Amino acid sequence: MTDDLQSRLDQLAPLLVAGSPHAADLGFVLDAVRPGEAVVRAPYREDLVGDPETGVTHGGVVTALLDHASGTAAFAGLGGDKALATLDLRIDYMRPATPGQAIIAEAHTVKVSGLIAFVSAIAHDGDRDDPVATSHAAFMVSRVSQEAADRVRADIEAGRAGPFTRTPGPGQAGGAR
Amino acid sequence: MSARLALLMNSPYVRRLGVRFDDHGDELTGILPYGEALVGNPLIPALHGGAIGAFMEITAAAGLLAASDLAALPKPIDVSIDYLRPVRPADVYARAVITRQGSRVSNVRVEAWQERRAAPVAALHGHFLVKPVGETR
Repeated sequence: MTDDLQSRLDQLAPLLVAGSPHAADLGFVLDAVRPGEAVVRAPYREDLVGDPETGVTHGGVVTALLDHASGTAAFAGLGGDKALATLDLRIDYMRPATPGQAIIAEAHTVKVSGLIAFVSAIAHDGDRDDPVATSHAAFMVSRVSQEAADRVRADIEAGRAGPFTRTPGPGQAGGAR
Repeated sequence: MSARLALLMNSPYVRRLGVRFDDHGDELTGILPYGEALVGNPLIPALHGGAIGAFMEITAAAGLLAASDLAALPKPIDVSIDYLRPVRPADVYARAVITRQGSRVSNVRVEAWQERRAAPVAALHGHFLVKPVGETR
């Protein structure tokens, strides 16, 4: 069962960032995905800087990174086959990220309860013991998202191209979020 | 765009996201113009929660800059974001309300909406570290 899930996640891995235009646009890289866990990295980029005087990456990038890593962990915690919506995301910004360093978000599903996944995450730039930010989030299996995903899957299986099948990435569609 | 927002609009990330402000005195409305690069899930399709969160953080910072003279950009200490409705592929608007303005820390609330202001798509509240002009610490 777990091995099945891991092989499904391995198969989907290329889509978990590339299938999400915003994550791809910010240059996010999926480092790992396991049942209930995800590691997503944001390489340092000058166009993502918040304050040009310090060169520190904008807090909004950290927000998007934690959201994406947490959503991917929840997706991987809920069986890797359900479309999710974020209910809430609470972030503590502990220190500025070091300019020039990649920011790494490690997310793990604390608990799955019915349709809800509770996910905890940490963002650091090399040392897990010196976090840039930490977060807690709740995700829910979404009916709207699920219907959309089912529709596209049916289209693909029937050989029809879905409306968004040409969006970025090597495959057709997908992504945790 | 008023000079008091210059600090914010100088930020490469804010410019890249395309955020701008409709500025009427102390009434400031943030605008996040729709772009394909904001999409999080192309199946629904819905905008990325992270982009909406970032937009609301920027709107909170703009609200603080508009309310008083600050020597530096407000820095987020913590934020809590509620996602209330799927955010459709269209422009998003947001307004900030400063719940409490302190000499070092301010508490801000932000609501974001699309078609109707009464049907917000997301809300944020958080604390920001501020550095008023003339304060020594």
